[in-house]
Formats: sequence, structure tokens, C-alpha cells
Amino acid sequence: MADPDPIAVKWDLRLYVAGQTPKSVRAFANLKRLCEDHLSGQYRIEVVDLMENPMLADGDQIIAIPTLVRKLPEPIRKIIGDLSNTERVMVGLDLRPAAAPGPRNPEPIP
Amino acid sequence: MVSDYRFPKCPTGIKGLDEITLGGLPLGRPTLVCGAAGCGKTLLAMEFIVRGAVEFNEPGVYMSFEERSEELAQNVRSLGFDLDDLVARGQLVLSYVRVERGEIEETGDYDLEGLFIRLGAAIDAVGARRVALDTIESLFSGLGSEAILRAELRRLFQWLKAKGVTAVVTGERGDASLTRQGLEEYVSDCVILLDHRAKEQVSTRRLRIIKYRGSSHGTNEYPFIIDEQGIDVLPITSLGLNQEVSSELISTGVPELDEMLGGGLYRGSSVLFSGTAGTGKTTVSATFLEAACRRGERALYCSFEESQSQTVRNMRSIGLDLQPAIDRQLLMFHATRPTQQGLELHLANIFRLIRTFQPRSVVLDPVTSLLGSGNDMEVRAMLVRLLDTMKGLGITCLFTALNTGAGYVEQSDVGISSLIDTWFLMRDIELDGERNRAIHVLKSRGMAHSNQIREFLLTSQGIRLRPAYLGPNGVLTGSARLLQEGRDEAQAELRRQDIDRRQRELEREQQLFAARMAALKATFQARAEELQRGLGELRASESLRRSNQQDLAESRRAGAPAEGGAHG
Repeated sequence: MADPDPIAVKWDLRLYVAGQTPKSVRAFANLKRLCEDHLSGQYRIEVVDLMENPMLADGDQIIAIPTLVRKLPEPIRKIIGDLSNTERVMVGLDLRPAAAPGPRNPEPIP
Repeated sequence: MVSDYRFPKCPTGIKGLDEITLGGLPLGRPTLVCGAAGCGKTLLAMEFIVRGAVEFNEPGVYMSFEERSEELAQNVRSLGFDLDDLVARGQLVLSYVRVERGEIEETGDYDLEGLFIRLGAAIDAVGARRVALDTIESLFSGLGSEAILRAELRRLFQWLKAKGVTAVVTGERGDASLTRQGLEEYVSDCVILLDHRAKEQVSTRRLRIIKYRGSSHGTNEYPFIIDEQGIDVLPITSLGLNQEVSSELISTGVPELDEMLGGGLYRGSSVLFSGTAGTGKTTVSATFLEAACRRGERALYCSFEESQSQTVRNMRSIGLDLQPAIDRQLLMFHATRPTQQGLELHLANIFRLIRTFQPRSVVLDPVTSLLGSGNDMEVRAMLVRLLDTMKGLGITCLFTALNTGAGYVEQSDVGISSLIDTWFLMRDIELDGERNRAIHVLKSRGMAHSNQIREFLLTSQGIRLRPAYLGPNGVLTGSARLLQEGRDEAQAELRRQDIDRRQRELEREQQLFAARMAALKATFQARAEELQRGLGELRASESLRRSNQQDLAESRRAGAPAEGGAHG
């Protein structure tokens, strides 16, 4: 994987895992595929193995494994699970609207 | 066969709780503490951790799912727990786990390994022996997959057991179950239920051990309070009726009352003074305590009617100054309105005072006031517990009871007579347009007590008892007694005069006799002297005569040729 241009990185993603479990491996594969499909050249994935650095779990309030944290763009979003449900991952990353958006802040009737 | 195996326990250090659990929580196992919001779960969990670190040198981990570490530290600072200091000394790890559903999207299979890792790291960081999870149920509101959560919780508790830490897990009370998420299903070694009930505007906290696998425990609901020192569970254990009794007699403070009992009260016994309003119950109480303080013993006065200053002022009017005893910190006042708090809290406060102040005598004046804060049965139950505890500690306790209404006097309103060892009944006697106080012993266990009704006087020198006179219309008191006393006095005067007269007569006789004796003696002496003199003269003349004869004889022998022939 070629390092993307830091200035072009719009998507800063961090994947928390705990050792090389099937779930973690699956999650990373799913994430990689999805990013290549939709965010090619604009993303960076950092994998944090809590088995090696358990203290890092506090900062992002990690409970579930695996957890994907979208550091950028803000706001921070958390996606847990093995990322097998692509639809939900897209929603979680704000790559696709969750549903048909309803009227927002309707104009008051004059 | 009696096994001497003792279930290993982990003392909590929480006042009273270790007594109820007979030693503490199950060692190396999780304990579930459940209850509704605001019942003290967090505090119990925190106190378990803090006391573990401070008192038992067992480091702990407190994992909060609801409050930030700073908030927690702030909340318990008022209880004297300095969490920051414990953290700095490596005795405590505060961990805040935030779960917010809005932030989390679930996209497939996951587990809670992150939580395990964080908890494991915290435990390893300080070598924790104790863990608190407060309230782990928050995970259910943050994470969607209940199936995963349940499986993971089961794994978590197994993991905690494997780690060998003693854990306290809190859970919110559910509608149909102990906890909303049925945590009791996973944590089944020990379950403690906290409760916070309000009854007639008075709320009381209670604690009950629902389950304690492998150990016996107190099964009652135990009231507890949260005060400036943390949780205080009342150590009302099943003391039963096997207390050591003392045969030491102590004074009631009124010599005549002691005399009625045959010397005083047994130490550690219970005394009841019951009577209608204004019969002197408070005065007796104060006198009793003052006497205890004069013996150098500590005494506790629980007043439900009067404030300390009021009682002190009132007692001065009968010459009883309580202030010195208060100044010497021998006498402690605990004046509260009965309706100020629930019965249990009253009891709790009194117990706490007994424990901290360690009095040898306690007065509750009047217990009947407590009727306002509970029903008869509750008051009775409370008094039984109070009495049991005090007897167990050898504390002499004096209760007063206000009787309302005539014809009701021989029955105390609270129905506690069977608990009482010595019962004085104080009553008003109306006679000749007067109302006077009288007192008698209704019962006194194990004592040869007086059967007399005595008049009870409040004088400027304190309490005085007078024997009451029995007249044709009953007991004579007040002026009637004074009249009777006057008559008696007159008769006594007459008797005294009679005695005086006879005494004088006797003295006169004695003087007469002595005079006669003297005269007789004088006559005798005169006569004796006269006789002596005569005798002397006769003896003198006799000796003269002999000497003359001798001279004569000698002159004759001088004229004769041979001597001795004539007489031979």
C-alpha cells in the first residue's frame, strides 16, 4: 500500500484490534476493501493492537473489539464489529445517508 | 460432624456490613449490589475499594460506567475519601468507561475484549485485589446486541473469578427482577439489595443480603445510614437472650428510690418510668444520668421533647446542675424531634452514638414520642433491638413513657413492659383539691422491692420521696399528708415530753440517793474516826500498864537469890 499524500488525507481511520483474531483479520480486510472502493487515495488506516498497547484503549473509550474510529473528518465516529455489514459501515462513516432525510428545520409559516 | 472450614471472606471495612455477612464478601468472587437509583450502590462499591486500599492494604480498581473519575473523586471527598491521593500512591485506579449509543454503529460480530484489556491493564497496574464495576448494565443501553453482551458478561465474571479479585458489581433495580438486565444470573455468589423507602414522608435506607452462597448471613433488612464517614449498617445482630448479667447495683440518683428497690438498679438492666404528663419523668431521667456522671461514667440522654438548653435550665430549678457533666464531656445530649426522621434512622443515630460515645447509661425520654414516627409494632421492634444491643453492652437504660388517659396507667402505650426489668409507675393523686405526685414500683425483676406507694416531691434540692399515708380515702398526699404529719408530730412531741419528765424524775432520784449516800458516809466517817480515836487511847494505856508491870518484876528479881525457880 503506497502511503497517501498526507495533505490529501481526508479520512483518518484507526482500527482497534486485540491480537490476530479471525474477527480482527476480517474487519481489516473489510475495511481495506471498502476504503479502496470509495476513498481511494484519501484515507489512512492505523491498526492499534491493544494486546501490545493496552493503555491506548482508554483514549478512545474502546470497549468492543474490533472498533473502527473515524478520527477525520470530524466528528469522531465509532463503528464496532467486524465491518461485515458494508451498508452499516457506510452509514457509520457518513459515506451514505442513513435514510431519506426528512425536512430539516422547516421554515416557519409566515 | 462439624467442619472447621471457614468460607474465605474479604472484609469490606464498611461499618456493620462485615458483621452481617459474618466476615465480609466472598473472597475472590463477584458480589452483586443492586437497588434503585440513589440508594447508595455507588458509595458502597466505592467504600469497599477505598477501605480495601486504606485499611487492608489491598489495591483496587474502580471502573465507572456512569461518572467521570473527577466527578467521582469530588463526590466522595465529602466522605473523607481522597481518591487522588490513593491514585498517586498506586493504591487505586479510577477508570471511566463511557458508552454512548449515538456514537456507535454496529456492523457485525464483536466482543468486549477492549473492556477486558482495560480492566486487566488497570488490575495489573496496581496489583489490584478488589474491583468495582459501577454500573456495568450501562453497557446494555450503549450496545445493541444483547446476545453478545450476555455472553461477554458471563465471560467477564468468569474471568474476574479466574483473576482471583473480589469484585463488587452494581446493578439497577428492575421491575420484576433484582436488576434490569438480570445480572443476578451471572453473579450468583452474593447478592446484596439496597433499598430506599419513604414512609409517611420519612425515608429510610435498608440493606438486605438476598443470597450468600456457601455462608450463613443475617437475613433481616438492616437499616443503614450514609453519613460523613460513609455507609453505616446497623449492627443489629441476633444477640438473643444470652447476655451476661451483672449483679452490680448502681444508684438511680435518688437514695429513696434505691431504697425502694433494695439498694439500686442492676447494671445493664432496663428501667421504665411511666406516667401521665408532668409526673416528673424527665427529672428522674436527668437525676439518674447526673448520678452516673458523678460516678465518672459517660451517659447519653436521648430527648425527643426538649432541647439540651431547656432541660439544663429546667433541672436547675430543682437544684440539679447538668452543665458540669456536659462540660466534662460525660453527659451527651441527643435531642431530636421524633418526626424529624424515620424510626430506623433514630435507631441508627442512637446506635452510632452508643458506639462512638460508649456510654454506660442511656435515657430515652420519652419513648412514646416515637409513636409519631412509626406504628406500635415498629416502635416495639426498635426498642427490642435497642434493648438487646444495650444489654449486650452492659448499658443501663432508662425509658420514660407518657401515658395518656386515666385507667390506662398500668399499661404502657408502647407495650414494652415485658422488655423492662424494673418498672416505676408515676401517677397523680387528686385529693382535697390537690394534685400530687406518687410513685411506686410495679415490678422489678430479681429484687426485693418495696410495695409502698410513696409521694414524689420535687424540691429545690432535687427529688425527695415521702412515705405516703394511707387514710380512709386512700393514699394521703400533699396537705392531707402534711396534716397527718402534723398530728404525728404532736403525738411525738407528747411522747418526747413524757420521756423528758421521766428522765428528769430519774435524775432527781439519783441526786437524792447520792445526797443521802454522802450524808450517811459523813456520819459513818465521823463515827469511825471517833472509834479509832478511842481504840488508840485504850491501846496506849494498855501498853503503859504492861511496861509498868515489867519494871516492877525486874525490881523484884534483883532482890531474890536465884532466878527462874518461881515461874518454872
